[in-house]
Amino acid sequence: MTILVLGVGNLLLSDEGVGVRVAEALEARYVLPVEVSVIDGGTAGMELLEPIANADRMILLDAVTADHPPGTLVTMEGEDLPAFFRTRLSPHQLGLPEVLATATLTGDLPNEMVLFGVVPESLKTGMELSSTVAGTVDELLGHVTARLEAWGVTVTEKSA
Amino acid sequence: MRITIDPITRIEGHLRIDCEVDGGKVTKAWSSGQMWRGIEQILLGRDPRDAWAITQRICGVCTTVHAITSIRAVENALDMEIPLNAQYIRNLIMGAHGVHDHIVHFYHLSALDWVDIVSALDADPVATSKLAESLSTWKLNGAHEMRAVQDKLKSFVASGQLGIFANGYWGHPAMKLSPEVNLLAAAHYLQALEVQRKANMIVTILGSKTPHIQNVAVGGVSNAINLDSQSALNMERLYHVKTLIDEVGDFVKNAYLVDVAAIGAFYADWTGYGSGVTNYLSVPDMPIDTKGTQFTLPGGFIEGGDMGTFQAISNYQDKYFEDNVAESVKHAWYEYSGDGKARHPYDGETNPAYTDFQDDGKYSWVKAPTFKGMRAQVGPLANVLGMFAAGHEPTERYLKHVVGMASSLLGSEIPLTALHSTIGRHAARAVRCAVLYETLADQWNRLVQNIGKGDLTTFNKPVFPKGEIKGFGYHEAPRGTLSHWCVIENGKIKNYQCVVPTTWNAGPRDDNDTPGPYEASLMDNPIADPELPLEVLRTVHSFDPCLACAIHVADPDGREVVKVKVL
Repeated sequence: MTILVLGVGNLLLSDEGVGVRVAEALEARYVLPVEVSVIDGGTAGMELLEPIANADRMILLDAVTADHPPGTLVTMEGEDLPAFFRTRLSPHQLGLPEVLATATLTGDLPNEMVLFGVVPESLKTGMELSSTVAGTVDELLGHVTARLEAWGVTVTEKSA
Repeated sequence: MRITIDPITRIEGHLRIDCEVDGGKVTKAWSSGQMWRGIEQILLGRDPRDAWAITQRICGVCTTVHAITSIRAVENALDMEIPLNAQYIRNLIMGAHGVHDHIVHFYHLSALDWVDIVSALDADPVATSKLAESLSTWKLNGAHEMRAVQDKLKSFVASGQLGIFANGYWGHPAMKLSPEVNLLAAAHYLQALEVQRKANMIVTILGSKTPHIQNVAVGGVSNAINLDSQSALNMERLYHVKTLIDEVGDFVKNAYLVDVAAIGAFYADWTGYGSGVTNYLSVPDMPIDTKGTQFTLPGGFIEGGDMGTFQAISNYQDKYFEDNVAESVKHAWYEYSGDGKARHPYDGETNPAYTDFQDDGKYSWVKAPTFKGMRAQVGPLANVLGMFAAGHEPTERYLKHVVGMASSLLGSEIPLTALHSTIGRHAARAVRCAVLYETLADQWNRLVQNIGKGDLTTFNKPVFPKGEIKGFGYHEAPRGTLSHWCVIENGKIKNYQCVVPTTWNAGPRDDNDTPGPYEASLMDNPIADPELPLEVLRTVHSFDPCLACAIHVADPDGREVVKVKVL
């Protein structure tokens, strides 16, 4: 079984990059078995078809604008995910929504998908997370590792 | 009447196009970038060795090209020599990225402007296969394959979820292909999804990761070469790369080139639309020496569509290129200090000055670049014409092949001047893709031979002097000439400007009020139905637009109802 942890977002627009930051933290702090691949997807498009098509299960990490205060953690599962990504005005030529739609067409969509996200506070040009969103990274990471464990993966924290 | 398309779908960034339409054709056009790109400001004060990792975040589609160009700009400022292995490895990465990008652009971004997917449901699979086999020897053109594709499309349409095909202009009067040609194109659309994955795998193997390569550095690449080590670039990986190059090349030569020729022949009227700005700028690429004075692919400037005016740009120190680039903000939402006139990128400023959309004033976040004071078109067409003018043999061969095939399908001779058009940009992109394939094979041979001689060097250490230095780097990227310009003071970045391909093509009017390439190319385009301006999209998409800046936040409060659960 292959599991993909995919962090997406633009690192140059502060909280927009939180998905990538959480993916980085996962790789930095945990020892993961070979069947788990962690990818910093940035704002890429069709390059992501390969890892997504190869995955049986996928955890997506992203900033999510929702009707909730900044820093609120949100989640979404299964079939809601492609529909969810269709709702946003993708600034990308062929962004994640199109990649997921393409994977649907080719029958390559992972069997199980979950999104963990956080409502951003700042989308200003800059490479730092706002303190509100930076404060949620550990909690998001906890959801990711818990899900990996629920999927039968042994996740070990690296010794300091 | 006036039509506004905002945003142009399937487009990077957020591009708005306004057209005045009179008597069924476009009489005036405006191209407007609707987002501010202030990314250069993040770079100020940083270590120049880190700039590439930051600039590759400018755009999700063009990560690799910004990384390489940034590195070249800093190396240029330091007047560095780069080990041959590093040049070849970078060239392989860039070439593979280019092939990937061209295939995706044609099949997955623009083909559906010309191909009617719904019409393909009515095709006869046997007739489709016969037609395809009369055009090429591509292995996946059989009747069985065509029937399988048609069944897949039928079940997809029957499910009521058109998904990726939801926004098409199906049944539009400007759609002219027969059901069989539509089915053939749909089959290759699906096959191209597989092929682009292979092209991208080359980038992954050599660049350590994708979509953000990890292996480049100011001074070379970080790949360790050891033919016997499992953890380094070894013979097994190199042969894997070679296999992938050949598989991708097979598709490019036997499917992509053929499809473009067929679409060109069936839409021959579109060789009469979309020329616009016929000053063409391209730069040489695929350096094959340590100093950047010899290149596999030539580039230069052509004025007024006249190949006789071609002037080559010949090295990384070339003053003809360095001195002749400027950017105007007269019609862009910025202001310059001083007289406000167009500025050279070294002196560039990024001070926002937003007004409303003013037809005769400022109307875009994109600046308007000029070369020798003139507007210039960049992209595969500019590149192919430049290489042709320079006498580059593979370019000439593939160009004649495509134009010849289209001519025989049409039943009359298509002149090379037909390339100055909307269809011409697609033809040139396919030609460039085939040229890049050959270049990949050539670079692979050079790399293996050089390693065979015992040269394992991949990196020269950069040393930053005290005081101020300046440099520029360029790359002939999939969408055209990309340049980065940096000023470094005491080892820190003092100024940084990126002049990206879409800036050249999508820029607004300049200091002389001369329209940019998008704007000029839309003039006189026919508009069959102003409510469904497919023709405008055809011309704009032919440039492969990419307004890199990319805000990316997901918004669940949109059209569809989805359930977000608070954790």
